[in-house]
Amino acid sequence: MSRNPLDGRGRLRVRGFGGDADSATDDTGTTTATTAQRARAWDRFRRDRAARAGLVIIVVMALLAVFARPVEIGGVVVQPIALAPYDPAASGVAPAYRPPSLAHPFGTDWAGRDVFSRVLYGGRYSLSIGVIAVSLALVVGVPLGAVAGYVGGWVDETIMRLVDVLYAFPFLVLAIALVAVFGQGFWKLVGALVAVGWIGYARLIRGEVLSVVERDYVLAARALGAGDRRILARHVVPNAIAPVVVQATLNVGTVVLSAAALGFLGLGLQPGTAEWGSMLSAGRDTLVGGEWWVTVFPGLAIFLFVLSINLVGDGVRDALDPDTDSGTYRTREAR
Amino acid sequence: MSLRRYVLRRTLLTLPILLGVSALTFGLVKLLPGTPVDYVLQFQEATPELRASLRAQYHLDEPIWRQYLLWLSDVLRLDFGERVVSDRSVSAAIAERLPETLVLGSISFLIALLVGIPTGVVAAVRRGTLLDEGSRVVALAGIATPNFWLGLLLILVFGVHLNVVPVIPPVAPLLAPESLAFLVLPAITLGTASAALFTRLTRSAVTEQLRKEYVRAARAKGLPERTVIVKHVLRNSLISVVTVAAVQVAFLVDGAVVVERVFSWPGLGRLLVRAILQRDFPVVQAVVLLVATAVVVANLLADIVYAWLDPRITY
Repeated sequence: MSRNPLDGRGRLRVRGFGGDADSATDDTGTTTATTAQRARAWDRFRRDRAARAGLVIIVVMALLAVFARPVEIGGVVVQPIALAPYDPAASGVAPAYRPPSLAHPFGTDWAGRDVFSRVLYGGRYSLSIGVIAVSLALVVGVPLGAVAGYVGGWVDETIMRLVDVLYAFPFLVLAIALVAVFGQGFWKLVGALVAVGWIGYARLIRGEVLSVVERDYVLAARALGAGDRRILARHVVPNAIAPVVVQATLNVGTVVLSAAALGFLGLGLQPGTAEWGSMLSAGRDTLVGGEWWVTVFPGLAIFLFVLSINLVGDGVRDALDPDTDSGTYRTREAR
Repeated sequence: MSLRRYVLRRTLLTLPILLGVSALTFGLVKLLPGTPVDYVLQFQEATPELRASLRAQYHLDEPIWRQYLLWLSDVLRLDFGERVVSDRSVSAAIAERLPETLVLGSISFLIALLVGIPTGVVAAVRRGTLLDEGSRVVALAGIATPNFWLGLLLILVFGVHLNVVPVIPPVAPLLAPESLAFLVLPAITLGTASAALFTRLTRSAVTEQLRKEYVRAARAKGLPERTVIVKHVLRNSLISVVTVAAVQVAFLVDGAVVVERVFSWPGLGRLLVRAILQRDFPVVQAVVLLVATAVVVANLLADIVYAWLDPRITY
């Protein structure tokens, strides 16, 4: 059993993909999963009740975040609905530390801000940070890993030694150090999460590429005179991407947790931002004072969102990799 | 290749990684806006003479590669310089905090193993039952729970409402009963996610082993099921579990940074966060370097243990 114990970064690492049986038949130009394969995968995903529930929760939370307050782009209101009863940043809408009531379902915090509005609005930060950071990490990691695996030689050595070095740093510790150096703020936070996140995808796709380039259809494409760039982009990467997709889905949860942890430590977004993690940074002091609602509701939002992401990720894996028994992880849950 | 040669080769391979880690840790601080002297002075006014003497003291007039080598030679002698916020040495601050984190981490790790492995075995043996499904749900929830939130909830229930544990760390020696009693909640908080991961990992490893021929052979010769599981299946499953266990170091460090803040536990993680807020970068550098080195060493040990436990591994 080959092992890369550091793969996964606390998430589920998937092995055993490759689709030997399914994808080796197509030699007409592209070897992406066929329509029928996709339909079968979607069918399997749809039958997974837990994954369906997760997807519903994510969609609801995303909608609540979008419609929490009006959205304005360049002075034009593109989304006028305001589900949140108060401005999440407005302090003194009620006396400080009011317990939950009809007017303030989740109570108010130390500055007299409406916690319900802040939790609804806070989804904007967590959801967008999760999606953007993971997407950008894919944009960096997938090409680097794919090229490393395909080209080999000193290119491979250079990229993978850098990956090895970065892997020595625990995810959150490195992210904290980067935020400490480059400062706080939305894009700096995203940048730090991307800088530590891309290595996982690079490693994963490199391994897959190494096994895919040996396949007959790659040799066939080469024999037909296809260039390296075309072979890599059209034949190799599409067939190596499935485990990366699963990993990326699950990683949205990890990234949201990390961003919230940074917020809790006061190192993420600017203090006072209505981000779920930052809202908990008052922490123990409010608990000892008996103001449990300030802690319970934002944390519950993080928990629900991350749980849903993991349910969907599990569903995606089972759908893409039907050989695995449901509930069984042919994975390495490394860290 | 003999095991001894493998160990030697694998150990030598970590040296360039450690060198890269040190270069990155050194370089990171060089990216800070402003000059290092500003950070030493905490951005206060200073005479040009003082600035010049500080520049000389920190070798700032040397070329960058020489600065790195000078720093590295200090670091190899465990000299991380002086703290910015006080006159104490960084090494002393770390030596003071390290045991606290080690104790917290070890207890959490023990909890994770003692909860995770038996649960995983039971889930695999009773596959598809309510017990299995239940453990899956709990494990998924354990992975999804933010550790700081879990810690705060535990404080709320056990510290504030039931009032059975103190909510601030006692003033007592590290291994005194009061300290250990206080550590119960932080250790549970830190160990939960690891326990969930161990559960899932053990379950899949045991499931894989249960399909093997030797299990059928052991049953066929009339061994009681208990013996088959404990003596044969578990032993073979634990090879992968134990080696991954070593790699939990990085995961636990990440958790400790947060959990120590939640419980005001005076460990390395709290030192790191405080140093960042105080812009005390020699401390940040030292802690990050120490942690990364620990991870590299843990990986090395994991690979060696793996090779030692499984003679079939090709190396």
